[in-house]
Amino acid sequence: MRALVRTYGRLLVSGFHEASHYRLAAFAGLVANVTFGFLKSAVLFATVDASGGHLRGYAVGSMSAYVWLSQGMLGLVNLSGGHELGDRIRTGDIAVDFARPVDLQLCYLARFVGARAFSLLPRGLPSVAVGALVVGMAMPSSVTPYLLGLVSLLLGVAVSFACVYVIHVIGFWLVETRGLQILYMVVSGFFAGLFVPLPLFPGWLLAIADATPFPSVLMTPVDVLSGRVSDVAAVHAVLLQVAWLAGTLLVGRVLTGAGLRKLEVQGG
Amino acid sequence: MAEPAAVRPAAPWRTRLAPYRAVLASRVRAQRSYRVSFALDLGSSLLVGIVELAEVWILFHNVTVLGGMTFASIALVFGIADMAFSLADLALGHCDRLPTYLRAGTLDVFYLRPQPVLAQLVASDISLRRLARCVVGAAALGYGLTAADVRWSAVTVLLLAVTFVSGWAIFAALFIWAAGLQFFLVNGAEMTNAFVYGGRYAATQPGRVWPGALKVVFGFVFPVAFAAYLPVLRVVDLPSPHPFPAWAGWCAPVAAVWAWAAALACWRWGMRHYQGGGG
Repeated sequence: MRALVRTYGRLLVSGFHEASHYRLAAFAGLVANVTFGFLKSAVLFATVDASGGHLRGYAVGSMSAYVWLSQGMLGLVNLSGGHELGDRIRTGDIAVDFARPVDLQLCYLARFVGARAFSLLPRGLPSVAVGALVVGMAMPSSVTPYLLGLVSLLLGVAVSFACVYVIHVIGFWLVETRGLQILYMVVSGFFAGLFVPLPLFPGWLLAIADATPFPSVLMTPVDVLSGRVSDVAAVHAVLLQVAWLAGTLLVGRVLTGAGLRKLEVQGG
Repeated sequence: MAEPAAVRPAAPWRTRLAPYRAVLASRVRAQRSYRVSFALDLGSSLLVGIVELAEVWILFHNVTVLGGMTFASIALVFGIADMAFSLADLALGHCDRLPTYLRAGTLDVFYLRPQPVLAQLVASDISLRRLARCVVGAAALGYGLTAADVRWSAVTVLLLAVTFVSGWAIFAALFIWAAGLQFFLVNGAEMTNAFVYGGRYAATQPGRVWPGALKVVFGFVFPVAFAAYLPVLRVVDLPSPHPFPAWAGWCAPVAAVWAWAAALACWRWGMRHYQGGGG
């Protein structure tokens, strides 16, 4: 068990190191995140103002918290659908991965979490800092929301990976998964509440969003961290994330097993 | 013996454009030959447009007037801006791939051919799937024109036509502007998303809600406010927000000229900076 923890721990650290070499890329991401953050704030604050200062539980301060926490999370979670796995399946390099004495899914999960954790330093925290200093945001004053929020954040990152993993292992059958990736990018961002927070959705659309794992990726961590959802409701939201994580990981495992039986790699 | 080189520049336009036409025709054939993949691409592209429109609609599901505009008049802004952007993306969106060419050193091939590098890059592909997204913009435009309080006259039609062409030119310039900067950024390619895709997002918003800094960035530096918002204010007869005068709605061509001048200067600067892929 200890050897297992050490193996995946090392993979996690290696992912962190790998990401730390692309500093300009991280800074570029920050510039894009902050620009979008200002545009989002402008239009969402105007919406709150137009409704008389209170819009479905949001005031300007809590809307600001939503905007800048969600922008800060963009480097953490995978809402673009891109991952190296698809290319490795298409080229046959995946055979090398299968030959390794580690679990394919958990190995990529550990590296993903490590790489994305790095983005907190150049992208996540500065985004939130810009929001807090330039615009100002309403955040909880007790410790619990932050602790539970960290757990929720980690779960969000993992759920986003598990979903993207499923998209890519479908490549065992489809070969070209670009169409699926674009589909994922559009649908996941929308239902995760990336541009408009989910409480603003009309009821029927919210029901559709809740039937997908995507709110667990972004909206739940933002809600828990900002204290919009607290106490029992917050614990409930985090447990729902755990359930989505288990479900999406399981689908990925089943598909990997089936794909492995179907896989045929030429040459050697 | 070949004819003297001095005669060549006099070759008619048809002959000069033939290589570009051949490449584009081959790209169109290539996309149509993988039917399932092309259909999926069209579907995803359509969905992109629908989701972007839905994001605007949800805000108006909560309030009736936002930034001084109703949903009908913002649909007009969204329709013009999104159609102009999609058509610019169709023609020039693949300029995004420049960092890949730079990293792999394949850009050097472009330098070896006797045509301008920028013209080759632009003519290297055409993304027909963006046509699907255009349909959403056209639907929003159609709805906006019928539902909003448009003051119809020959002048209005002229303003809409001038705006549409200028809007396309502004977004096209942003793609080239971004490509010019890629020579310096390479791994930092995402930075230009701030004004290319951020510019698209900004162009579909009511600019009145922007704080001063955003008005400077998206009104003057990357002038997307002129691509739809400011002209539409004239079409539905609403006051322009500070610091734009009422006649700013007619200035889309000026904004387009500025964007192209800056984009081409940036491209030239980048081309000179490039040292080759070392191949």
